[in-house]
Amino acid sequence: MTVSPAARLALALAAGAVAVALAIALSCALGAQPISISAALAGRDPDAAILLGLRLPRAVLAALVGCALAAAGTALQALLRNPLAEPFVLGVSGGAALGGSIVLVAAAGLARVAGSAGEALAAAPPVAAGAVLGALASTALVFGLGRVAGRLVPEAALLVGIVFNAFVAGVITLIKLLVPPEQASRLMYWLVGAVGYETPGTIAVGAVLIALSVGALVALSARLNVLTLGDEEAASLGVDVRRARAAVFFAASAATGAAVALAGMVGFVGLIVPHLVRRVVGPDHRLLVPASALFGAAFLVLADALARLAFLPLGTEPPVGAVTAFLGGPFFLWLLRRTERPSEAA
Amino acid sequence: MSAPAPGPIVEVRGASFAYGARNALEDVSFTARAGEFVGLLGPNGAGKSTLVRLVAGLAAPSSGSVRLAGLDPHAASRREVARVCALVPQEPRVGWPFTVREAVMMGRTPHQGLLAVATRLDHGAVRGALEACDLLHLAGRRLDALSGGERRRVFFARALAQEPRVLLLDEPTAFLDLAHQVAVMRMAQLAARGGLCVVAVLHDLNLAAAACDRLVVLSGGRVVAEGRPADVLTDARVSAVWGVPVWRGENGATGKPIVLPNV
Repeated sequence: MTVSPAARLALALAAGAVAVALAIALSCALGAQPISISAALAGRDPDAAILLGLRLPRAVLAALVGCALAAAGTALQALLRNPLAEPFVLGVSGGAALGGSIVLVAAAGLARVAGSAGEALAAAPPVAAGAVLGALASTALVFGLGRVAGRLVPEAALLVGIVFNAFVAGVITLIKLLVPPEQASRLMYWLVGAVGYETPGTIAVGAVLIALSVGALVALSARLNVLTLGDEEAASLGVDVRRARAAVFFAASAATGAAVALAGMVGFVGLIVPHLVRRVVGPDHRLLVPASALFGAAFLVLADALARLAFLPLGTEPPVGAVTAFLGGPFFLWLLRRTERPSEAA
Repeated sequence: MSAPAPGPIVEVRGASFAYGARNALEDVSFTARAGEFVGLLGPNGAGKSTLVRLVAGLAAPSSGSVRLAGLDPHAASRREVARVCALVPQEPRVGWPFTVREAVMMGRTPHQGLLAVATRLDHGAVRGALEACDLLHLAGRRLDALSGGERRRVFFARALAQEPRVLLLDEPTAFLDLAHQVAVMRMAQLAARGGLCVVAVLHDLNLAAAACDRLVVLSGGRVVAEGRPADVLTDARVSAVWGVPVWRGENGATGKPIVLPNV
């Protein structure tokens, strides 16, 4: 019994949308402070303030970040023809973090000489732009240096990404030493991958960027299918490989940059989610990219809720990046062991 | 039968190509017509695969010209070229575990928009290709669950679904057992009878002699012989080009030439 591709797409999208809605509802209902949803919806404070002012924006933020990272991960896996590729592992998130940090530090420096200009530079759009540029530069670096004799070698690109991550960590440590302590701790909190309480303006900037870049990846999803076949085969099937790949690079980098600007370095979402979704919907990227984007959103909302709730008795709250790393590290190793020939696995 | 004889679809004129300092092709001229099954023969390193890559537009000759139905395949858009010419590569990559139907549908890429939404025309072409390659019963199977011979047929079907005018096959019978070798050669013959121009790089001289209409022999990057199999595969020429003394005979059942090394 075969279901038509259109019906499978509709089913996957519906399931993903339901998962996102349930995750956001759950995340909004649960927290340190018990609230009454009916009171909140009736507009009575403090319930309304907590629900609409704190929990809902935070859940939406987590959903946006998860959506962007899962879609970017799916695209990078197709480009690299390797299921281990992911924005964090490949150093794309690191590049974005470096780009964003440089803008923040420059803003602090500028604020000392010209107060208002510095504050303007520290606003959401410039930081996001820095993160996107950093992501683009690191993607270009990883895919440029991951070549042996002109051919992209997935394992080489992954190694370049890992080395680049170590390099970025060093540079960011240096930046933290050079800036005033109170700014260093803010930088630290951002970079570690925390879905905090951003202003509506910041969320809006990120949302637009993520909608555009994930939309572009969905539009390119049929190209991703053909690109997994190899450069010459894709070319002989009528695809302008360089142009298609550049478009995917750009969109995946922009999605990652926006996610990092909103929440710092949240790792492994782009690894775990596409892998699990692929097991259910199969390798067709026209299904895989949109389904991964939706389930990535649901996944990160739940991971953030877990981060908020699990350590409640201790009166502390780890950043969501710690939760995804805790899940993703072992997952990466399991995937590595399972795929003896990573380039042929899915 | 009053239609004028069609001109060649594949026209290579005085083409040369070098990988770094090594000349792979030197002043090669080669043509092929619709409805013709041409075998490209020659020892390893003779330039066969390079010639196929030039015709497919994957590389440009350093001198000379290549025309594919009037197009310059390296300069034209990939989409335009892919509508004229399909290539079945030497070692097709399995990659992501698509189903047979999904893989063959990718042959429709040059006829589809960015989102590759399949039309009735696309489904018809895929069904025809699956049928021609005896794959209908495997259409829902994943590529990684197929045997080597079945996989070869999938990539052949993908090329047919592309509905090209020229079909390029790079060693289509490598690593296949006898039955699958014959099946692939039959499919290529049928494609040529159906009006395609089929050009195949082949290593098995006897299979080439049995199936092809015309043979072109390359050696050291040059064309050294061209014509009907019986005329091209003389024992003197085979001995000289491949550097192995051979016995040349004839298949009593088909009358086609047979070449066996004097081991």
